[in-house]
Amino acid sequence: MRALSKIVRTICNLLFWFILIFGFYVIMHGHLTPGGGFQGGAVVASAFAMVFVAYGITKAVDLVKEGSFTVAESSGLLAFIGLAFLGIGTAFFYNFLAVGRSSLLPNLFSHTPHGINPGDLNTAGVLPLMSLAVGLEVIGGLGAVVYIMYLNRGGDEE
Amino acid sequence: MKKIAGALALLILFGYLLMVAVYLHPFGEPQTEDMDKYFIERGQAETGANNIVTSIVFDYRGFDTLGEATVLFSAVTGVALLFKKKKEVKE
Repeated sequence: MRALSKIVRTICNLLFWFILIFGFYVIMHGHLTPGGGFQGGAVVASAFAMVFVAYGITKAVDLVKEGSFTVAESSGLLAFIGLAFLGIGTAFFYNFLAVGRSSLLPNLFSHTPHGINPGDLNTAGVLPLMSLAVGLEVIGGLGAVVYIMYLNRGGDEE
Repeated sequence: MKKIAGALALLILFGYLLMVAVYLHPFGEPQTEDMDKYFIERGQAETGANNIVTSIVFDYRGFDTLGEATVLFSAVTGVALLFKKKKEVKE
């Protein structure tokens, strides 16, 4: 498929970074605001889908290598399972980094005040890391689906 | 005849849904609230996350999230298999 018009491509260049920033914001603030790995990953993957549609198949192949989405997906899932396994001293999926639980790094995360508060990014122990891992997996997964379907669709292939 | 039956079925369904909507128990007053209260009162202290939904998804019910991630992974694998390159098939 050929690239879309210059207007579309210019707006795409402009919007791409903002969508990326918003997506990573949603991922990293998963333990404070509505959102998390799945939602933010979908936002970031939609930014890549927009670039693919705007620039066409030839440029898409140049921009992103074939295996990079798959690598991101696999490493995200492995990181998620690995983080879950790290707490297996107590239980699978134990939040071993939360305040007061970790003996190795007791001051890595700050204490969460009780009640309604704006929140601190540096809280919640393992949850933001898991959010990031799931986000990476969703970026890779949805991006790979879009990429593979777009690359190998039938019809007007050159 | 078919139209009459369809209209009758629609009417019955509509009436049933209307009745259910009237007898629906009020929003914000769950019948049992032991689990809700546990999560709302202790979630913040136990996990350190301000967002209780995230503390449930990634901490209390982490297994569920692992299943979701696995579902996504296998779905992508299926798509990758289904849309395999034509060149590779020909060889």
